Formats: sequence, C-alpha cells, structure tokens
Amino acid sequence: MSLTKEQCFEQLLLGKAVKSEGWLERVRSEALEHAATLNFPSARHDDWRFTDLSSLFIHGFESVASFAKLTVSDIGKYLIQGSIRLVFVDGCYSAELSDLNNAGAGVTVASLAERLGDELVESHFGRLAPYKTDTFVALNTNFFEDGAWVHVAKEVTAPIHMLNVSTRRNSPSAIYPRCTVVMESSSRATVVEDYVSLDGGIYMTNAVTEVVLKDNAQLHHVRVQREDKSAFHFGHCSVESGRDSVYSATSIALGARLSRHTVHVTQQGDGAEMCLDGLALIAGRQIADTHTLIDHAVPRGKSVQLHKCIADGSAHAIFGGKIIVHTGAVGTDSAQSSRNLLLSDKAHIDTQPQLEIFNDDVSCKHGATIGQIDQDALFFLKSRGLDEERARNLLIHAFAAEIIDKIPVPSLVESLGQTIFGRISGDRMSGVR
Amino acid sequence: MINKGSKVMLEVKNLRAEVGGVEILKGVNLTVHAGEVHAIMGINGSGKSTFSKVLAGHPDYHVTGGTATFEGKDLFSLEPEDRARAGLFLAFQYPVEIPGVSNSALLRLAYNTLQTERGLEELDPLEFEDLVHEKIKVVEMDPSFLGRSVNEGFSGGEKKRNEILQMAVLEPKLAILDETDSGLDIDALRIVAKGVNSLLTADNAVVMVTHYQRLLNYIVPDYVHVMDGGRIVRTGGKELALELEARGYDWLRAAA
Repeated sequence: MSLTKEQCFEQLLLGKAVKSEGWLERVRSEALEHAATLNFPSARHDDWRFTDLSSLFIHGFESVASFAKLTVSDIGKYLIQGSIRLVFVDGCYSAELSDLNNAGAGVTVASLAERLGDELVESHFGRLAPYKTDTFVALNTNFFEDGAWVHVAKEVTAPIHMLNVSTRRNSPSAIYPRCTVVMESSSRATVVEDYVSLDGGIYMTNAVTEVVLKDNAQLHHVRVQREDKSAFHFGHCSVESGRDSVYSATSIALGARLSRHTVHVTQQGDGAEMCLDGLALIAGRQIADTHTLIDHAVPRGKSVQLHKCIADGSAHAIFGGKIIVHTGAVGTDSAQSSRNLLLSDKAHIDTQPQLEIFNDDVSCKHGATIGQIDQDALFFLKSRGLDEERARNLLIHAFAAEIIDKIPVPSLVESLGQTIFGRISGDRMSGVR
Repeated sequence: MINKGSKVMLEVKNLRAEVGGVEILKGVNLTVHAGEVHAIMGINGSGKSTFSKVLAGHPDYHVTGGTATFEGKDLFSLEPEDRARAGLFLAFQYPVEIPGVSNSALLRLAYNTLQTERGLEELDPLEFEDLVHEKIKVVEMDPSFLGRSVNEGFSGGEKKRNEILQMAVLEPKLAILDETDSGLDIDALRIVAKGVNSLLTADNAVVMVTHYQRLLNYIVPDYVHVMDGGRIVRTGGKELALELEARGYDWLRAAA
C-alpha cells in the first residue's frame, strides 16, 4: 500500500518510544514535540528544492521491534584490523560484535546508553545537533535506541570504527544511529562512521552525529555510506571546532535509493582549520544529496572543501555548499571546489556553491565544474590496448580516488577502491545505465 | 634500415579522411616494411598529424575513402585498442594528463593486456617493477615518475619521454611518433632519440611525423616523405630532409 506524505510522517511519529531517565527523557520529549510541529521539509524550502523525497513518502516505516543476532563472521568484510570497534545492529549496540581492546587509557569508546549518568555526556548530548529546527534530527533525538560515545583525551593511533549494520526486515523499518564525539585539548584521533547493509530491503537510516573539538585537537572524521540501493539514508553532523583545532572530514556516499547528508561546522575558536571532502558515486535511480555549511564566526579560520559527484544511469546528485564568514571572522582563508562527472545523458547533477561574506579581510574562492569522461584521455588509454569499459572505469576510479585516498586508513581505501571498481562495472553489466 | 625482401608492415592506399566535415587527407599512399624508419614532414595543416591520428583510430577523424592494412589486416575495421594489441603504437603530440592513475599502474595494465593478447603470462607487480626499471633507463627517467599520476605536472620534455617509456614497455611492431620532437630542448631530444634508436630492430618500424629536420639528425630515416594538402607530394632519402631545411617547403608546394 502506498502512503501519502502525511501518512508516512504520522507513521514515523508512532514509532516505538524508547524509555530513558531524567535529562534524556526531557530532551527526547522536547524533540518529539518539535518533530511533530516541523513535519517533513517542504519542497519549497531552499535547502530541499532539488531533492525529490517522493520515493520515501510511499512507505510506512516502523521501529525495529526485535534485534537480529549476528556473528563476527557476518560482518567480517567490513572490519578494520587494529581498530577500536563499536558495532550497532539496526541501531542497537552489540557488545559481542564490538571490540574495545585497542582503546587504552585516555580514550573512552562506549555505548551511549551505558554512559547516561556521566555529566560529560549530559553536557554534550543534543547541544549541537539542531533538533528544534531539523525534522530528521528531531526524530532521531526522540527515537534513537542507542548510540556511540567517543571521548578522546590523548593521541590515539588506532582508528575508532563505528560500524552501523542493517539487517533484513519483513516490513520497512526506521533506524536511528547516534554518535557523540568529544575531542579534548590537544587530542588526536580518526573516527570512521560506517553504514552498511547485510541484505536488501526497504528501510530508513536517520543518523545524527555531534563532534566537539577542543583547543588544538585534531580529528579525521571518515564517513562511509554504503547501504543497500533500496535503503533511505538521512545523516546529519554538527561540528564545533575550538582554537587551532583541525577537523578533516572525508565523506563517501555510494549507497541508498535516496541519501541526504548535512554537515554544519561552526568555527568556535581562533585559527581553527576545517577540511571537508566528499564524494557521491551513484547510478540507476539513486539520489544523493550533500548539504554543507561552514560557519566562520571568529578570526583566522581556514576552510578547504572539495566535493565530487559522479552520476550514471538516471541518478541525481545534489551538492549545496555554503560558507558564511561573519563580521568578526577577519583573516579567514576559504577555498571551496565542486567537481562533477556526468556519465550518462539521463544523469543529473545540481551543484550550488555559496559564499556569504560579511567582512573585507578575507581570502575566499569557490568554483564548480561539470564534465563528462575526457574523450582524449579515453582515446589515449584505448591506444594503449585497454578496452572501452576498462578505460572508462579507470578514469572514473581515478576521479573518485582523489577523495578516497584522503582516508587515513589504508585497508579502507583499498576496500572502497574495489567496491567502486566493482560498482562501476557491475552497474554497466546489469544494464542500469 | 632497408632490407630487401622484408615483409610489408603497413600499406596505406589512397587514404581520404575528414574531421568535423572538412576533408584533410586527400589520397595518401604509404608502404612501410619491417626494419624501416620513415619520416613524414610538412608544414602545419598539411595533414601529417591527422594521418597519424587516423592510423591510431582517433574517434574525431573519419575515413572517407581508401584502405590501410597492418600486417595484412584491415586496420580500419579494428577499434583503437585492437590496433594497439596488434602492435601499433602512437606517441602523442600532446600527451594527456590523467590525475589519479599512476604511471606504473597504467604501464602494467597496458603491458598485461598485450601479454594476454599475445598468449603470454601476465606479470605480477613485483615482476613488472623489475621490467619497468630496466625500461626506464632507455629514456633516462627518474624512477620517481613511475609513482606519479600519468603526465600530471610533467614538463613538456618529461611527457614526451614518458611516451617513449610506454613504447619501450609495450614493444610495438609499428610506432608512429607524432611530433615527438616538438617542445623538446636539445638534451631531451637527444635522450628521446637515443631511446627510440635503442628500440629499433629488423622486425619493427617507425614512422616519425615532424615539422623540423633536427630530429632526423638523431633518428636517421630511410625514407623522407613530404606531405602537402593532404597528400604525399614527394618521397626521397634522408638527404631530402636536408634539402627542405635549406630551401623550405615552398618549392615543393609550387611543384605540387
């Protein structure tokens, strides 16, 4: 049965109430009230006007009632050797699949539910994510089952891997992953947020992440969305960066029928550096939307952004990247670039780089390009004996590699490279194009 | 060198071709035997670069008449990659940059594709590294170029040397060098020429397309052809190049 937009939203609000104590219960109910008032974003909303949500609305998503039991071998191909691993199955923390042995002193990686009594958790949870103004964030804040709590007070070399696994359900389900990362002064870490599907099936992931970087902290935040092509994925990440901190994000969107990733980085301290790189590689009828906002609020901030979209078949990729430089943010240095590759006549890419500058003492540049496979490069490769298919794949892979190669986890770079190679050729062979 | 009785490698008859609806080649005839070095000279716009692109199969160029056979096979019935697999090689006038594809990865991919075609074993990365480090000496290139993206940030001379490195690795039967000398300083020219000379055998052949005579001081041709208005208007020995250097092209144009 096909639902209407209103019915779909009603159904989401009827999700399973997750009981919590004290402060969290208050946040949850407040979020639910906001969600009910906000409703789904209107297509007239400037940030949503390119994003067609109609494929989402026809489904009724239910909360996950029982959680699948998996073994480590079920998720074997997604594991990162030597990592500190937190595994969530359909939004529920799995202690059996997680491996926290590599977390030494000064690092706390745990299930959020286990840490609710911690004052640090209370002071950071829900502080940055806009649950009063963003429907999806509000829904997540009310309905999340459990989440990750990552607190780093020193330099950690082992990557912290938050693996979100979805399993097959009989009816469409809604999953609400949640993650809070606090980087104390002068700490360093790599966090990998990873969204994977073990089976097909229609479901919705609605994830929220909050990241705090205190002074001099450095975080490389990797986000990989490789969910099944019938899934819906909404992800929001709010970041606050302190004085002289360095926040580097590499976000890869490969999966989902429809995905939307919003990032909001606020420069809170003088001299903070923010680097946002993204790649969306989609085909068939996929839609991938990335909206980022970098807010330079204080002096001498630096931001560098490179976002790439590759769209094949009749896929639709959207990028909206806004950079705001406020009056007081003197000496801001910002560069934003949107580069896009269209692989078929029916594919569609909308890109919208935006700069809003409110003071004169800045250096800001931005640019966007949209192109097709370079015919000269293609001919060159063919003239060296590579067939058309191989040559095209090599060029597409090379375009994507510039982003993937920024991930500081070699095994993940390797496996994503293979996934992309497989996906490019697989899509072609199955006639999606 | 010219060997009596060596087999015909390339035979082009009355070739006509156009690009963007404009006819550029208006009946080119050329026969190349194994072991020979040919130079095709001519002013800009004479059709010499078009000729090399047509032979390699560039999609923008359309054959409208005539034939070309490569070791007896109809060249124009083959895709560019099949021409390469059959042993034809084009050194590009303007080598393309391919960010994100390492030089060594491309060389190995191309090499192994040709090995498979020839019914030979592919080389794994370690074996290939040994091979490529041997070959790179031919063009006196720093091995650090192998790890870099294909031609990205290379100088003009480095790009041309990289083309010859590809030739050294792929060992084509027939190499067409399209203005390989353009943009090279004298030292780079010497290195490139030395590289090409070291690859010449009695079983392969080279066709050099060039505007200037100076390359021919280093790679000595058996035949020099002058192209004008989309035809070969004169064929001679290496002394023809010297005559062109001294007298220019006008006297031939008038004769044609």
